[in-house]
Amino acid sequence: MNFFTKAFWLQFSSPKTFYPVAGKLIPVFMTVTIVLTFIGLYYGFVLAPPDYQQGDSYRIMFIHVPAAWMSMWIYIVMCIFAIIGMVWRTRLSDMMAGALAPTGAMFAFLALWTGALWGKPTWGTYWVWDARLTSELILLFLYFGFIALRAAIDDPQRAARASALLACVGVINVPIIYFSVKWWNTLHQGASVGLTQKATMADSMLTAMMVMSFAFWAYTFAVAFMRVRNEILEREKNSAWVAETFSQKEGGSK
Amino acid sequence: MNLPEFLDMGHYAPYVWGSYGVVAAFMLVEVILLVGKRRSLVKSIARMTRLNRSDR
Repeated sequence: MNFFTKAFWLQFSSPKTFYPVAGKLIPVFMTVTIVLTFIGLYYGFVLAPPDYQQGDSYRIMFIHVPAAWMSMWIYIVMCIFAIIGMVWRTRLSDMMAGALAPTGAMFAFLALWTGALWGKPTWGTYWVWDARLTSELILLFLYFGFIALRAAIDDPQRAARASALLACVGVINVPIIYFSVKWWNTLHQGASVGLTQKATMADSMLTAMMVMSFAFWAYTFAVAFMRVRNEILEREKNSAWVAETFSQKEGGSK
Repeated sequence: MNLPEFLDMGHYAPYVWGSYGVVAAFMLVEVILLVGKRRSLVKSIARMTRLNRSDR
């Protein structure tokens, strides 16, 4: 097998080829998720000390920040898949975009939820209309719009094109969320972790946050592959290869 | 640190466990829903394949 040929990579854009590959990867990513979650929680709750100002409430950070990062990252990846699907008309790219959206919406909601529960003890309020919080809320609505638009159009090709356009217009919101704490005077704090400066927190806290982020990242892969496999089965249930796969296993687990 | 003290989270228990509980619930439910959807798909496909075979 030659990894450097276009044909090698192109074969994975076929739902038929991708289906078994994704099936093999799901247990791998699920295992990684579980192992990293335990390590992350051990660092976050056992090794990391209470914050000198916020006490133990800051431990919400270990899921709040990963959820917020994933909500933005998933949107970007979703948009890239949507563009690929639009340009090269590959069905699988569109299916991947569709498979990522519900998980992205979930993480956007969880970022807002955990943020509210962290905001109450630290700021004294669950919610303020501050630039960071508002733009993250808009991200949640963009996910809802993307999902609703796909569901509203019956023809899969037209649904793919229309939703891809929406995803691309909405992606402008992601840098707005990210830089909102710099551009505006927000109640939300600035970044404690960045590429350009040293992290401003204890090592054990940083480790917990990063490990949990990788756990959420692996989780996203696992559920997106599960959802895309369901989508493939649904769309291709009348095709020969699906019938073949399931007549061999006779309703088995494959 | 003992268990009641740990669960109290320095009096922030509702906020901390309210966050972790909801995140865990959402992630678990998402997986359960996807597995359930897969089961029903596999079942209907298996039924269809059997029907097609008996036709022949």
